[in-house]
Amino acid sequence: MNFDTAMFHSAFFEEAADLLEDLEGLLLRLEKSPDDLELLNTIFRCAHSIKGGSATFGFADLAQFTHGLETLLDLMRNGQLKISKTISQLLLESRDQMRALLAVARGEESTAPDSAPLTARIHEQIESVNGTSDISAITEEPVIIEETAITAATKVYRLKFVPGPDILRRGIDPRQMINQIRESGELISIICDTSRLPSIEEIDPESSYLGWEIIFRTEWEEAQILDIFEFIEDESEIVLTIEPADFIPVIIQEVSAAAETIRAETSNSLNLDSAPLSAAKPTPPQPAAATPTSGGKNSDTQTLRVATDKVDKLINLVGELIINQSMLNEVISDFSMAKLPRLIEAVAEMERASRDLQERVMAVRMLPIKYAFGRFPRLVHDLSVACGKKIELKTVGEDTELDKTVIEVVTDPLTHLVRNSIDHALETPEERRAAGKPEMGTITLNAFHEGGNIVIEVSDDGRGLNRERILQKAIDRGLISENDAPPADDILYNYIFHPGFSTAKEVTDLSGRGVGMDIVKRAVQALGGSISLNTVPGKGTRFRIKLPLTMAILEGLSLSVGEEVYILPLTSIVESIRPKLGDVRLVAGQGEIVLMRGEVLPILRLYQVFGSTAQFTDPTKALLVIVENDGRKVALLVDELIGQSQVVIKSLETNYRKVNGIAGATILGDGRVALILDVPGLIHTDRLGGASFAEAA
Amino acid sequence: MAIDQTDLMNQDNLLSADSNQFLTFTLGDEEYGVDILKVQEIKGYVPNTRIPNAPSDVRGVLNLRGTIVPIVDLRSKFNLGTIEYDQFTAIVVVVVQNRVMGMIVDSVSEVINIPPSDIQPPPDFGGNMNSSMLRGIAKVGDKLIIVLDIDTVLLGDNVGMSFAA
Repeated sequence: MNFDTAMFHSAFFEEAADLLEDLEGLLLRLEKSPDDLELLNTIFRCAHSIKGGSATFGFADLAQFTHGLETLLDLMRNGQLKISKTISQLLLESRDQMRALLAVARGEESTAPDSAPLTARIHEQIESVNGTSDISAITEEPVIIEETAITAATKVYRLKFVPGPDILRRGIDPRQMINQIRESGELISIICDTSRLPSIEEIDPESSYLGWEIIFRTEWEEAQILDIFEFIEDESEIVLTIEPADFIPVIIQEVSAAAETIRAETSNSLNLDSAPLSAAKPTPPQPAAATPTSGGKNSDTQTLRVATDKVDKLINLVGELIINQSMLNEVISDFSMAKLPRLIEAVAEMERASRDLQERVMAVRMLPIKYAFGRFPRLVHDLSVACGKKIELKTVGEDTELDKTVIEVVTDPLTHLVRNSIDHALETPEERRAAGKPEMGTITLNAFHEGGNIVIEVSDDGRGLNRERILQKAIDRGLISENDAPPADDILYNYIFHPGFSTAKEVTDLSGRGVGMDIVKRAVQALGGSISLNTVPGKGTRFRIKLPLTMAILEGLSLSVGEEVYILPLTSIVESIRPKLGDVRLVAGQGEIVLMRGEVLPILRLYQVFGSTAQFTDPTKALLVIVENDGRKVALLVDELIGQSQVVIKSLETNYRKVNGIAGATILGDGRVALILDVPGLIHTDRLGGASFAEAA
Repeated sequence: MAIDQTDLMNQDNLLSADSNQFLTFTLGDEEYGVDILKVQEIKGYVPNTRIPNAPSDVRGVLNLRGTIVPIVDLRSKFNLGTIEYDQFTAIVVVVVQNRVMGMIVDSVSEVINIPPSDIQPPPDFGGNMNSSMLRGIAKVGDKLIIVLDIDTVLLGDNVGMSFAA
């Protein structure tokens, strides 16, 4: 190969890393629904892509290991092997091994754990099928693979293999046979003969045109090798010759380069059509000469995956800037005072565009929190096995966006909380049954926007904190005196965030939380957030991490009340209606309600709440936007809806203070500030009666 | 050399502890001064976004290059009545205790030097006015300049008056 594949390495590493992430999630799902064939196919494709890529780029260790795994997956997908706890554990461990091998290939790690034990276990599983089935792909004792090269009794064979044209139609995969050759010993070289390949117009996608010349070293006897081709020997050309034992193939650059280009062409043309033909693609015939070169040198740069629409917006804005600039150029090219208003306008436009650009660039750093949540299914899975507990993990609000740095920093405290929940809070199945709870414990991760913050909740339905023990510990630690009246629950429970509560021994004593909770608290505070907890003995515990979202982005609906524009978070909107006369009633002079499909909803006139003047005060002319929070609905009376947009949330509190009913502020396209409504706050207001803001003011 | 350096250092100390320079602006017929080191920038008046149920002197918030800045009308803060905002109306952006805030003033005059010794403590107005908002009164030429303690003006000196809850 004359071109340098190194430039594609980083792309492969990225892709492989992503595939491995996916693979983990898929494997965990497979454990839950072992009969899902589609899932198995997806898993198989993941493994296959990794294998293909690693072989192409010469990462032999990874390719070889993944190949074994792929064979196992193939058996499972054919229904020859049923998924069991052992196998799913094996698959998960294999995934980890692949990640380790990938890390070595990237140059991040110098060594990976030896693959041999895992390979042996994989082959053990494959073997178990071979005992009962005769159409298995591999007939040879697999563990030998690595060692064959060393044994003295090996011979070097040259095999010319040209399968008959109808072979694919008969459902036979020449690749399987080449794989068996490969596994019989050491592959020295493989060259694809494409001379019979017709032009693309004449090509019949279901025919096989390829042939291979394979040179390999094995201890197998000739008959044994020919057995592989037993079913197709009549229609195929198979010539096996023995070469001198010290045969070293001369690999001519041009030849393999030609083979490579042709292979690329073939696979391209194959992509045009059906699956059976893709089988005609030879297994990556990587010349043995291409030993893996370290890809480490270009893998260190941190990357960020960004949604395409964000990039599109950036491009649009840059386009706008360019237009602005040419506008400016035109205005100043022959400037007269008459053009001053236009100049001012152009400059203002430019300022706005650049500010937008700045914000959009910031938005590029925003990632959905599922990147942080993603690691927990595996953690929960592994720890639940280790603790012998049955645990289900639920995640809510995975699309809530957070700054990348915040996600990175908040992951550790979250891990800590989840680990604590599993270790200490959740009971064993026996204990749970005795307590009248379902055996399966639940841990819930929930992320959402609230009142200008992002809230991440980690809750479990375990035993809850032990009040007595914490009280005792607090007294022992001298945090409170024994003579004092015991503090209120929330004060008491907060002692677990105290540094003194966090040494290992006390944790077991407490049989509750305590491991490094002060570290969790400090990490959250470092992000400008706060952490609180809520616990009910026997029912569970909920930790609430509240983070400011100075950089968070919100999908919002802008609406107008008189002259003013407000942003309503899209997630809280149920619907909007224009009520008919008679739908709106006054209830005992107390407040207004609207009847909507039999549901009675209180009306909150935004202009009254915010003390402004509305265009419409008659509900039948204005609009009612139904919003919901915590199962409570309220109808907000507004003038009209303007449109939907993503807004960057700015804190009002940085320079001002918390405003009731307002979650934050954002900057509109024209540079004006618009306030973002705090739906939970507004609903809460309604409960207190609309007048409460006026009093507070 | 040695003397020069000491002089410079003295000046530095003065600047860092309490600057002698003040930005002056007018509200009606009166001239006010604020410590120049508190001032971040001055910009012309632009309409801003009202904050619901805010105290009457808080006119709203403004977007200052991506930062949300609350704007206080000093006239209304000092009960000086209201006037129409015109081309002289300015927003003086100050930084008080790490908060960026804007004050609407009638017009900005100049930056002047007032030695601390020229600033006289504020007279006792009795209960009518909170004199803690004033640092003192200075006589410059034939003008009287009311030197504000801008932190107290904007943030208040007790919880009840506190701007920042």
